[in-house]
Amino acid sequence: MSQYLLLRHREIPEISRLEVYRQHGGFEAFQKAVTTMTPEQVTEVVKASGLRGRGGAGFPTGLKWSFMDRKSWPHYVVANADESEPGTFKDREIMEGNPFQFLEGVAIASYAVGAQRAYIYIRGEYQHIARWLDEKIAEMEAAGLLGEKLFGTDYSLRIYTHLGAGAYICGEETALLESLEGKRGQPRVRPPFPPTFGLYGKPTVVNNVETLTNVPLIVQNGAEWYRSMGTPDAPGVKIFSLSGRVKRPGSYELPFGVTFRQLIYEYGGGILDDRPIKAIMPAGASSSLLRVDDRVLDTPLDYAALRQFGSDLGSASVIVIDDTVSIDWVIQKTIRFFKHESCGKCTPCREGTYWMKHLIDRIRKNGKEEKQVKLLLDVARQIQGKCLCALGEFSTMAVVSGIERFPEDFRETVLEGVPG
Amino acid sequence: MSKMVTLTIDGIKVTVPEGTLLVDAARQAGIHIPVFCYHPKLEPAGMCRMCLVEIGRPMIDRNTGQPILDENGQPKLQFLGKLETACTNTVSEGMVVFTQSEKVRQGQKATVEFLLTSHPLDCPICDKGGECPLQDLTMAYGPAQSRFEYEDKIHLAKHVPLGDLIYLDRERCILCSRCIRFQAELVGEAVLTFDERGRSSQIVTVSDPPFDSVFSGNTTDICPVGALTTADFRFGARPWELKAAASICSQCAVGCNIVYNTRREARSDGRIVIKRVLPRQNEEVNDLWICDKGRFGYHYTESRARLTAPRAEGRPVSWEQALQKAAEGLRSASQKALIASGRLSNEDFYTLKRLADHLQMPAYLYTPIGGGEWVRHYGLSTGSDLSALGKGDAILVVASDLYEEAPLWYLRVRQAAERGAALIIAHPRTTRLERQAPHQYVLRYAYGDEGEIIERLWRETKIAQTLREARNLVIFFGNEGMGLEQSESLAAACADLLVETGHAGRIHNGLIGVWPHPNAQGAWELGFQPIFDLQPLFETMDALYLVALDPFGDGWVRQNGRKPFLIAQDILETATVRQADVVLAACAYTEREGTFTSGERRVQRYYPAVPRYGDSRPDFAITAALGAKLGLNLEAQSAARLFQEIAGAFPAFKGLDYARLAETRPQWPPTGRANYPFSGTAQPNTQGMGKILSVVAEGALTPPPPTTQKESLRPEEGTLLLVPIHRLFDAGSLLTPSALLHGRIGAPHIILHPKTAQETGVTAGEKVLIEWEDRQAETLVKVEEHVPVGVGLVPRSMGIPLSKAARARLHLAERVR
Repeated sequence: MSQYLLLRHREIPEISRLEVYRQHGGFEAFQKAVTTMTPEQVTEVVKASGLRGRGGAGFPTGLKWSFMDRKSWPHYVVANADESEPGTFKDREIMEGNPFQFLEGVAIASYAVGAQRAYIYIRGEYQHIARWLDEKIAEMEAAGLLGEKLFGTDYSLRIYTHLGAGAYICGEETALLESLEGKRGQPRVRPPFPPTFGLYGKPTVVNNVETLTNVPLIVQNGAEWYRSMGTPDAPGVKIFSLSGRVKRPGSYELPFGVTFRQLIYEYGGGILDDRPIKAIMPAGASSSLLRVDDRVLDTPLDYAALRQFGSDLGSASVIVIDDTVSIDWVIQKTIRFFKHESCGKCTPCREGTYWMKHLIDRIRKNGKEEKQVKLLLDVARQIQGKCLCALGEFSTMAVVSGIERFPEDFRETVLEGVPG
Repeated sequence: MSKMVTLTIDGIKVTVPEGTLLVDAARQAGIHIPVFCYHPKLEPAGMCRMCLVEIGRPMIDRNTGQPILDENGQPKLQFLGKLETACTNTVSEGMVVFTQSEKVRQGQKATVEFLLTSHPLDCPICDKGGECPLQDLTMAYGPAQSRFEYEDKIHLAKHVPLGDLIYLDRERCILCSRCIRFQAELVGEAVLTFDERGRSSQIVTVSDPPFDSVFSGNTTDICPVGALTTADFRFGARPWELKAAASICSQCAVGCNIVYNTRREARSDGRIVIKRVLPRQNEEVNDLWICDKGRFGYHYTESRARLTAPRAEGRPVSWEQALQKAAEGLRSASQKALIASGRLSNEDFYTLKRLADHLQMPAYLYTPIGGGEWVRHYGLSTGSDLSALGKGDAILVVASDLYEEAPLWYLRVRQAAERGAALIIAHPRTTRLERQAPHQYVLRYAYGDEGEIIERLWRETKIAQTLREARNLVIFFGNEGMGLEQSESLAAACADLLVETGHAGRIHNGLIGVWPHPNAQGAWELGFQPIFDLQPLFETMDALYLVALDPFGDGWVRQNGRKPFLIAQDILETATVRQADVVLAACAYTEREGTFTSGERRVQRYYPAVPRYGDSRPDFAITAALGAKLGLNLEAQSAARLFQEIAGAFPAFKGLDYARLAETRPQWPPTGRANYPFSGTAQPNTQGMGKILSVVAEGALTPPPPTTQKESLRPEEGTLLLVPIHRLFDAGSLLTPSALLHGRIGAPHIILHPKTAQETGVTAGEKVLIEWEDRQAETLVKVEEHVPVGVGLVPRSMGIPLSKAARARLHLAERVR
């Protein structure tokens, strides 16, 4: 088997051409699903494979599909290509390099949940990718892989792309659905969840691009095969987006169970100038910062392991921080990001991120007064547990973990730039 | 009977219907969970996070479906670990809720602290102070001091006009979206929305003209801060300085319950004046709402044109002299008549009719729309309530633009349709009801075909079936394009329809006339005859007693030599008053008590709000005094006594008296000072919800004679069909004193379809000369898509006297050199 399951264009550069993709087994899984399996059977295979959502929440994919309300029709599949987490750049590469495997995943998911229409919500900044995917969709239609009565069965499917317009919050699935419906991209009250009440109020599955790209291989090769990779908590492979103070930033497709040491030092080439590593943000700006020690570096990674560290794997946007970076600088960046991206619907996030921004700016400008740092920590904690959606909650993660785990960076030092 | 659910809130067992929101269940149990964005009349949004509480739910065994019990046999509870909003959670069996735990208190304090970081320190200059939910909830739940740095406070635009009537202060706005959701969900006009996101979010209006909704004033009642205020009350008074008088709106036939807030002030030379109008809760009439005409149209009561003393032959005289002269004039006239408009109270009408009968003269109701006899026989009966209509019921609206003619009926009908009632709209052109309410059928007909549309309802089999199968049927009829006779025919046809479909004589069923005045129905009930064309009377009568009408000012009557002895009884100086031999100065209804009968046949009391202007007197007192001089002994002091006489003399009023009309019942949602954060500033109803009259059908009604040749209304080359329409804001003499409404009233105009404008060679904004019958008028052109081709819509009461559809010629007005 080849080294790559998802980023196959790195081995097969022409795989974005339909005939090349098909030469390598492309669309056999879709045809197999539609002609020889029931939708329930497809869902079962994905469930059994243990595939978990790759967008950040890590929710078991097959389970999500099985929640679709069978009393309400039509059903929809929405691919979340809003990739906006700082430090995440994996979905982009999949769509650019291996678009058909992604689209086949969308198609199989649609068949599994009985959807005849699927939408790909693409962040507005990826306009060129949307046009590229439109071409690929047209090629699939011309080849009879999309459209009416596929493969001689009664199943019909059309896939459409839809552009966002520059809002991180539209990566939140219910805000995405609102935006897709033409309304302001703001999260809905949950429950009900999309499999009950989704697009236009109908049952909808929203899945990340990377998640869907795994699906054709699972259907083709079976759940056991998928489980043979990764860890029991997280089977399969994950694309880690590595960035920060490393020699070789980029996306790395690796099985779960890989360690940070392997990711950062073997694949990432180690820290720039070989400086000592200080902190890891495993989930982009939404991370709880990890204070790096051997335990952190050598634990096989999956969702459970990160939670044990008091953090979260999220979408595996691994940002590496070395001793040249002061954590107050880091959280000033994350606070600024969340304040800018807050949708404004709920009080704690809207007012809290605004407040945190003013506090961190003052802290960094006026010399890290202890009272101000304590206040920032208090405000961040005050936001927690009260927000309408995860954005508000996540806006506090780096702040709280940063101040608590790196207190030295929040004390005034005699000489600037000297670590500790 | 819906399924009931029992839960425990703060240790109190509460049983409520399934589907009840937790925040409402708590309120019903007397527990006030604080809210900002939640409003009991709107869908929950879960945005402000003020209502965060701790919710525990019984853990259910997935296999047995039964609650898992602990060692004490009590259901084990699962708490989410974090707080949840009470407004978005419905109750469930066995739920355990804590609304006052330490964790909840921290949450409430946090939310208030967050809100106050952006909120300006405006209390000393903010209109909302004293009735402000943010103030109240800050005192109850907020931190005593803010930890936010003052110079970090955001600065946004203040006093941003949203149209002429409402101001927005963006710094005060807490972005709760109650205003946006009220307009979008309840009214169906999404004229407000958010712009930008995050802390930069702000309310904007997206309509042209701005805040284009006749319900805009209601957003200032539900706004939980001083962000939305009215131009009328801006810097007007402090709420604790105001007294409240219960009253009924006098601007249309809905009979919205209102409150006049008054204050004695130096600014008004020590007089007690009306400072503002607020809605008064009546869930059977207007819920918590009023329209902008009712809210902002009261200034005529304080106009400088108010009559303060009686006159004879143009000079002020004493009451004795005036009444003497008037009595002489009536006594010596052989042919005389009494004409009154629907602005008067039931007590006034009763007294007038008694006088008319005594003097053997006809008592006329001056009305452009007929059919009141039919409403008397087939109107709503006691206990009826439009809120009861929903799925399985049907509502027919024919020849009436409810949005412009009776806004709160537009709202109630829309709500009934949202609840599933089948809405059938029969109208010659599109109206807002059609554009903004879910409806099942639209019947378009040509002007002149009004007599046949009801018949057509039978031919359109689906509609006929819907009507027959409807559990309840309510029919609203108006006079779109029609005059008195045609509208009476229409009413008769509608009454027939009710009978034929088996809906006559039942509660929640009936005929409603969309009268332009608050008590036209009262006149119909108390024996008045309809009349509109007064010219013949002015040519044949020797004496006329006119009460509350201005036919000269309206342009209906033209003087041509003969002049009957004219007694004009009115509140304002009008053209008719200037023509009168005797002028009797009546006081405004805000200065006395009385009752109105709404179009739903609901009799409601109104109470005096301010003292009488000058030496003006109540209409019934004037008539009684006049009667005394003519040998008729009438009650002159007590409106309550008069009402008792009415109840004794008119079977429909039997059993009613002022005490019964003052009865109220508990209403949901709760209103009043303690409930301002929950329901807004709509006032509680403590002084009467009124009663609908019984239907007493005595004898058959004579069907009206066949009406005008519709051939005259068919398209003709080179001519236009002029059609009079109602607009809520017109240039009537009782509305023009409200200066802030002048923008809404606008200039007289005619509305043409773009194709018609093109064919006639005119463009929007040009002045044209219209010639019809023996009249002509100059007016401005407006061009709108929704007008039928070949038709020119002419709003009534704008200075162009057009009582019913007529053929006209249109050309560009000569340019004034």
